[in-house]
Amino acid sequence: MAIFRTRAVAPLEYTRKAWMQMWVGATLLFLYAPLIVLMIFSFNDSKRNVVWKGFTFKYYEKALGNDSLVEALTNSLTIAFFATLFSLVLGALAAVMLWRFRFPLKGVVEGSISLPIIVPEICLGVAYLIFFARIDWPTGMAWPLNLSAITIAHITFCFPFVAMVVRSRLASFNKEEEEAAKDLGATEWQTFRDILLPHMKPGLIAGALLAFTLSLDDFVITFFTSGPETITFPVKVYSMVRFSVTPEVNAASTVLIVLTVVLTAIALKMQGVKAIAEVH
Amino acid sequence: MNDTPSPIIQIRNVTKRFGKVAAVDNVSLDIMAGEFFVLLGPSGCGKTTLLRMIAGFELPTEGQILIDGQDMAGIPPNKRPVNMVFQSYAVFPHMSVTDNVGYGLKIAGVGKTEREQRVAEALELVKLGGFGERMPDQMSGGQRQRVALARSLVMRPKVLLLDEPLSALDAKLRAQMQFELSDLQDQVGITFVTVTHDQDEALSMAGRIAVINKGEVAQLASPSDLYEYPANRFVADFVGSVNLFEGKLTLDEPDRAAVDCPGLGKIYLNHGVTGPHGADVWVAIRPEKIYLHVPGEGKAVRAAGMDAPEGHNFARGTIKGMSYLGDVTLFEIKLDSGEMIRVSRPNMSRHDQEDFTWDDKVSMHWRSDSPVVLLS
Amino acid sequence: MAAPLQDWRTQKRPFAAIASMPIFWLVLFFVVPMAVVWLYSFGENAGPADIVISGTLENYKRATEWLYVSIFLKSLAVSALVTLICLIVGFPVAMAITFAPPNWRPWLLLGIMLPFWTNLLIRTYALMTLMGTNGYANKALGALWGGASWLKTLVGMQPLDAWTPAQLLYNNFAVVLGLVYVHLPFMVLPLYAALDRLDKSLIEASLDLGASQISTLNRIIMPLAGPGIAAGVMITLVPALGAYLTPDLMGGTDSQMIANVIERQFKRANDWPFGAALSFLLIYAMFIIVALQSLRRGQPKRGE
Repeated sequence: MAIFRTRAVAPLEYTRKAWMQMWVGATLLFLYAPLIVLMIFSFNDSKRNVVWKGFTFKYYEKALGNDSLVEALTNSLTIAFFATLFSLVLGALAAVMLWRFRFPLKGVVEGSISLPIIVPEICLGVAYLIFFARIDWPTGMAWPLNLSAITIAHITFCFPFVAMVVRSRLASFNKEEEEAAKDLGATEWQTFRDILLPHMKPGLIAGALLAFTLSLDDFVITFFTSGPETITFPVKVYSMVRFSVTPEVNAASTVLIVLTVVLTAIALKMQGVKAIAEVH
Repeated sequence: MNDTPSPIIQIRNVTKRFGKVAAVDNVSLDIMAGEFFVLLGPSGCGKTTLLRMIAGFELPTEGQILIDGQDMAGIPPNKRPVNMVFQSYAVFPHMSVTDNVGYGLKIAGVGKTEREQRVAEALELVKLGGFGERMPDQMSGGQRQRVALARSLVMRPKVLLLDEPLSALDAKLRAQMQFELSDLQDQVGITFVTVTHDQDEALSMAGRIAVINKGEVAQLASPSDLYEYPANRFVADFVGSVNLFEGKLTLDEPDRAAVDCPGLGKIYLNHGVTGPHGADVWVAIRPEKIYLHVPGEGKAVRAAGMDAPEGHNFARGTIKGMSYLGDVTLFEIKLDSGEMIRVSRPNMSRHDQEDFTWDDKVSMHWRSDSPVVLLS
Repeated sequence: MAAPLQDWRTQKRPFAAIASMPIFWLVLFFVVPMAVVWLYSFGENAGPADIVISGTLENYKRATEWLYVSIFLKSLAVSALVTLICLIVGFPVAMAITFAPPNWRPWLLLGIMLPFWTNLLIRTYALMTLMGTNGYANKALGALWGGASWLKTLVGMQPLDAWTPAQLLYNNFAVVLGLVYVHLPFMVLPLYAALDRLDKSLIEASLDLGASQISTLNRIIMPLAGPGIAAGVMITLVPALGAYLTPDLMGGTDSQMIANVIERQFKRANDWPFGAALSFLLIYAMFIIVALQSLRRGQPKRGE
C-alpha cells in the first residue's frame, strides 16, 4: 500500500486511502461502463454490437422513424405525467393526514399505505391483471383514456413513495410557525397555503421526481396491465430485446438515458446536489 | 517529585494548512509534565486543530510534535500515550457506562478483574459510582461528560486532552465543573491540555495559558500575567475587558515613561517601557482600574493617592450609559475628546449605584502602574 | 417543537377533506385488487375463461411440491447472495462517500444515484450487451488469457489453449451479477445515510482509546450503523426476491426465480388460481422478512 501514498493519511481520511479509491473507482466503472458502451455503440454503423465500423446517426433516424417505438415513448411519458400529478396530490394528503391527526386504526392505515412499497411488483402486476379483467375495465377507449388502467396502477405504487418523502420533510416542520401565522390573523387555509405548503415544497419536488422516474421505469406492473394498444416504452424495449437485438434499441435507450440526465440536471438546478442526494 | 519540570509535549515549528489557509502557523510550545495548560482563542483560531494534531487526528503539514521525548510522526492516535475528551463527549451510545469506561482497557487486553476494579475507581473519581449499568441516553449532559472523563482517565494517559470541555454545559454546572476539573487534575497529577474560547474558564483553571490568534501564539503566560501584563492589543482585548487608546511615546526612562494620547490625555507610568522614542504605541487600561468621582472632588482624591505629576492620568467626561450588574456597575463615559471609555465601579455599599446617573459630568483618574503600554 | 397530534374528532371537516381521497384510492385500487387475488388463490378453473372461487386449498397444496419449493428456496438463496455481495461492495463505497471532502461528497452520491434513476430495463440490456459471447467482458477476459499464455511461454512453459469465449450470459452467474448491478445503489444510499448520521468523534474516541481501525469498525461503526445496514438489506433483499426482469432476460432455463414462475401461470400456463396462490406465498415471505427486521429493531436495549 505504502508505495501509492504520496502523503501521510490522517486516521479518518478514508477517502484518501489508495485501496478505497480503487474500490470506489471500480464500483463506478462497474455501474457506468455498460451504459457508456451502450451509448457509444448507438452511433456504431454496424448491425452487430461488437466492432466499431464508423459513426452514424442511422439508428437514431430508424428509432425515430419507428412509429410503434415513438408511440410507446409518448404513452410512457403521458402515463408518467398523470401518475406524477395524481400521486403528488394523494401522497401529500396522505402525508399530512398521518403527520397531523390521531384517528382510529391509524396503524392499519399507515401500514396499508406503505404496503405497495413492500409488495413485490410481480404480485401487484398480477393483482391488476385479475382486477381489471374481473371488473371488465373498458378497453379500446380513445387515447389517452386507454392508458387509464396502467395509470391507475402506477399511481397506486407511486403515491406511497411521495407520502414517505413528504412526511419525512414534514417531520422537520416547526409547528410554532403555524401558530405564529394564526396569531397574525391567518385562516386555516391561508396558513396551509402560506406556511405549510412552502415548507413541504422540497419534499413535493423530490416526491414528484421519484414518482416520475418510478412510473417511467416500471416494466413488470405495466407488462401485466398493458394490452396491444397500450404499449409503453419499457414494454416495447423488452420485446425488442427479447426477439431481436437491434442497434435501434441502443439509440432509443440513449435517448432515455439522456432524458434522465437532463431531468437530474433540472432537479439539481432547482434543489442543489445535497437536497437531491438526501431524497433517498 | 521532580524539582525541574520537564516538557511532556514539545511542539516544534508546527504548521497545518488546509488548502492554502494556515490553520496553525509555525507554532512552538512546550507543555510541562503535570501542568494544567489551556489553549485559549476565538473560534477558528486553530486551537482545536493543534489539539487534534497532538491526539493524532490531524497531521501537521510541517514541524514536529514530541510526546515524552518521542517524535509522533507516523504514530496513529491509537498508539499515542494521550487521551482525549471530545467536545460532544463521544460517549458510545450503544454501550453501558461500564462498557464505555472499560472500552480502552478491553482493547488493551487488561484482564476482567483488574478492568472492573479500575473502571469502578475511575467512576468513583468522577463521582459516578453506582451509575455503571446506565445507558448514555439515560444520562444528563454533565453526567455524560463525566463518563467521557472517566473513560480517558482510566487509561492513565501521560496527557489528557480536553476539547472545549465545558461549552455544552449550562452556566451553573460550568462553574462547578471548572473547580472539579482543577481538583481532579490535582488528584491524578496527569497533564491536562484544554482548549477553550471562554476566558473566564481559562483564567480560573489554567496553570499556564497560550492565547492563540490566527494560528499563532499571541502570548504564553500565567493567568494573572496574561491579564495584568498583556503582550499585545489582541491579548489585552480578548482576555477581559479593556480600554485602548493610541498615542505617542514621549518619555521613556528606566524608571518612568509618558505617553501622549490624543483621545485620553497625558499618561504617566512609574516604569520604563523600552520602546523607541516617538513611536506609535497603545495604552490599555482595564475598566476596574479607573476611579470615578464627582468633578471638584479631584483635589482631595489626588492628595490621597495619586502618584503621577500634575496634569497626567486624569480625564473628564459625561456618563452616557450605565448597567447595574449587582456586584459592579459599568459606566460608558464619553470623554471630552469625544472618545468613549468604560469604567467599572464596585458597589461596596448598598447605595453606591445611586452616586451617579446618566449625563452626569464626572472625573476619572488612575494610578501610574495601572496602564499597560503595548507596542503591537 | 413537535406539538401533539390532533384528534380527528376535534377537526372533523379538515380531517375528512384530507383523509378521504388517499384512503378511498388505497381501498379501491390496492386493497380490493389484493383481496381479489387472495380469493382467487382459493379458486379453480371451471372453464376456459371462468374461475370459480370454491375455497379449495388445492393451489397451496400444489405449491408445496418440491419443484416449486426448490424454486422458492433458490430465489431466497439468490437474493440473499445478491444482498451480501451488495453489502460487501457497498459498505466501503458508503464509507468513502461519508468521509470524502465535503465538495466531492454530493458528486459521488450523484454518481451512485444516477444509475438508480436510469431505466431498469435499459441498464439490464446494457449489461447484457457487454456480457455477450462477443461482448467486451469476454474480450477483456480473452486478452487476460492471452497475456497469461504469453507469460507462460516467457518462462519456457507450454502456452495455454486458445481462448474460448466464456458463456457469461443465460446462467445463474449472470442472474446474480445482473441483480447486483441493478440493486447496488439501493444498498449504498441507506448505508451512506446511516454513516453520515454517525458522530465522527465516536470513531475518533475509539481510536484515541487504543482501538485499531478494524476493531473500531467492528465495535463502533458496525453496531451504530446497524439500522442503516438493516435498511439496506431490506431495500435490496425484498425487490431481489421478487425480481422478474433480470432472471427472465439474463438467466438460463435453470435460473428461474419465483416471479418468473408466477408470470408463467398468468401468461402461458393460464392457471390464474395457482398463480394467485404463489403470489400470496411470496407476499407472506416478504411479511416474514419485514417482521424479522422490525423484531430486530424492537430489541430492548441493554441496561433498560
